Amino acid sequence: MFDFGKILEAWPPERILPLITAATPAMVKGSLAQERCSPEGLAALLSPAAAGQLEEIARQAQRLTRQHFGRTIGLYVPLYLSNVCYSDCTYCFFSAASGSSGIRRTLNMDEVRTECQALAKHGFQSVLLLTGDAPKVASLSYLAEAVQVAREYFPSVAVEVYALEEEEYRQLVDVGLEGVTLYMETYHRETYAQVHRRGRKRDFDYRLAAIERAGRAGVRRLSIGALLGLYDWRCDGFWTALHARYLQKECWRSAISVSLPRLRCTPPRHRISYFLSDREFVQLLLAMRIFLPEAGFNLSTRESAAFRDRLIPLGVTNMSAGSSTRPGGYAVSGEETLAQFEIEDRRSPAEVVAAIRRAGYDPVWKDFDWAFHDEVGRRQ
Amino acid sequence: MEDDPLIIAGRRFRSRLMVGTGKFPSAAALSAALAGSGAEIVTVALRRVDLAKPEQDSIMPVLDPSRYLILPNTSGARSADEAVRLARLARAMGLPPWVKLELTPEPRYLLPDPIETLKAAEKLIKEGFVVLPYIQADPILAKRLEEIGTATVMPLGSPIGSNRGLKTKEMLRIIIEQAKVPVVVDAGLGAPSHAAEAMEMGADAVLVNTALADAEDHGMMARAFALAVEAGRQGYLAGLGPARETAAASSPLTGFLE
Repeated sequence: MFDFGKILEAWPPERILPLITAATPAMVKGSLAQERCSPEGLAALLSPAAAGQLEEIARQAQRLTRQHFGRTIGLYVPLYLSNVCYSDCTYCFFSAASGSSGIRRTLNMDEVRTECQALAKHGFQSVLLLTGDAPKVASLSYLAEAVQVAREYFPSVAVEVYALEEEEYRQLVDVGLEGVTLYMETYHRETYAQVHRRGRKRDFDYRLAAIERAGRAGVRRLSIGALLGLYDWRCDGFWTALHARYLQKECWRSAISVSLPRLRCTPPRHRISYFLSDREFVQLLLAMRIFLPEAGFNLSTRESAAFRDRLIPLGVTNMSAGSSTRPGGYAVSGEETLAQFEIEDRRSPAEVVAAIRRAGYDPVWKDFDWAFHDEVGRRQ
Repeated sequence: MEDDPLIIAGRRFRSRLMVGTGKFPSAAALSAALAGSGAEIVTVALRRVDLAKPEQDSIMPVLDPSRYLILPNTSGARSADEAVRLARLARAMGLPPWVKLELTPEPRYLLPDPIETLKAAEKLIKEGFVVLPYIQADPILAKRLEEIGTATVMPLGSPIGSNRGLKTKEMLRIIIEQAKVPVVVDAGLGAPSHAAEAMEMGADAVLVNTALADAEDHGMMARAFALAVEAGRQGYLAGLGPARETAAASSPLTGFLE
């Protein structure tokens, strides 16, 4: 059977890391010359040997991105519905055991609407709804209601919530869900077990297969990623890339995109063991772009304004802007409400749009239409 | 070429170059490409524009409806129903009842779904739309669509955005030979020479987007395509000689026998 778990088993660190260590500058050049980059080619692009050829790799990554996406950057915005969470992820401020003191809250539908209105005023047409891992508070029917409210304001609505069953994803698709973002956090089983201490999220295999359940349920946009800093970034990057390519075959009707969330700040109990530098981050982005020429790459406001602007021509295709990571953070609640993580790029949407234009790219607000849904549910 | 108009659904066009509006870095770049191309038919992805707020994107403000026939397309649609809804929406918002059917269920190569395309075309024709379907270079599908009343067929040269040229040449040749409606070669034309080649084969028009959007000088590349389309068309009309394996002497060896 075609199964990503088996692919992952076939590529343990003991197989990937020697390839990375043994890579030579000539092998990096060979990877760039491949019509379609192989997993071995990807290992070479992730290697220290490739670090010396970043400029050449960047040129190819830029060419591939332009061919598939033109010089455009899609815009989206996260909308946190709830910060209540029953999982215990050591790196996350939403975890009850993190020592975070902010207020916990779950928006009611009137509040969701108020937030949507505030975001729509900025021009956003694509929204990502987020919750913690708390199905009792943010249940499936709650999510379905929130999707329905959001799609009155945005043609494109995605969720980043706990892993669901295929049938549950289908119920959300039926009310207008277009995208699902679900990070594996780390594809390294042992590390995964260490950092996820409690709750449903401990089930590695259930989470690993969740995104393809979403694809089978008819979700059009699937976004994956590893939380960079939990484990060796080269391995997690390699696995994420293989996962994306697997999904392109398995969920062939869905557009696959990749996010590269980098851990910068964690609760005191979690020390970031594998921090990656800006240079390494860029190398990872470029290598993955060459391996996945048709994938979207999402860049959040976890990264600084200056760094984000530099990444625009290097393979990124979607950026969030003006984000808040606290529920109600746009129009409902204040600073006393607990945020998931600190925003680095605090610019307004208009300022980010101006920066995209300065880089010679066209900011794209809208890339989906209400008419794709069964009935037009737009609020005029 | 005033004496050689392209006629689609009874409407006459001087230009045989159609232009797509995706992937441009700015409104100015799109404007320059449109001006250079001399195009009269310009296609717009309905998923990309907000017809209720046309000022919000960098596409609609550039398109003067008195100058261009704005041809809405259904790119991103995965089923006939979605494409039909998009087309109806565009008509309801005041665009002409023309639609470029793009049913591309697979987002990587954006290849057209022949089954859903045929279904959507049937529905839309019944509703009075002028339908221009984007299709695989499949001669039978082209005839089937022609029979149900599409205004053109738009077979692909190679996958959208691939710049690979006429990889489907043998099938395009059959489509052109058999067609009773205009054949517009769409997708994959990465260089002016590709467009010229399609026109020399007898295509009635071509549609170009990525090659213009990705050029350093958008206007100049559009002009180059316009010239190539004209050159190819004239070459076709003038009657190209057959290609030969060997040289053919212009003074025949057996001429003395005449």
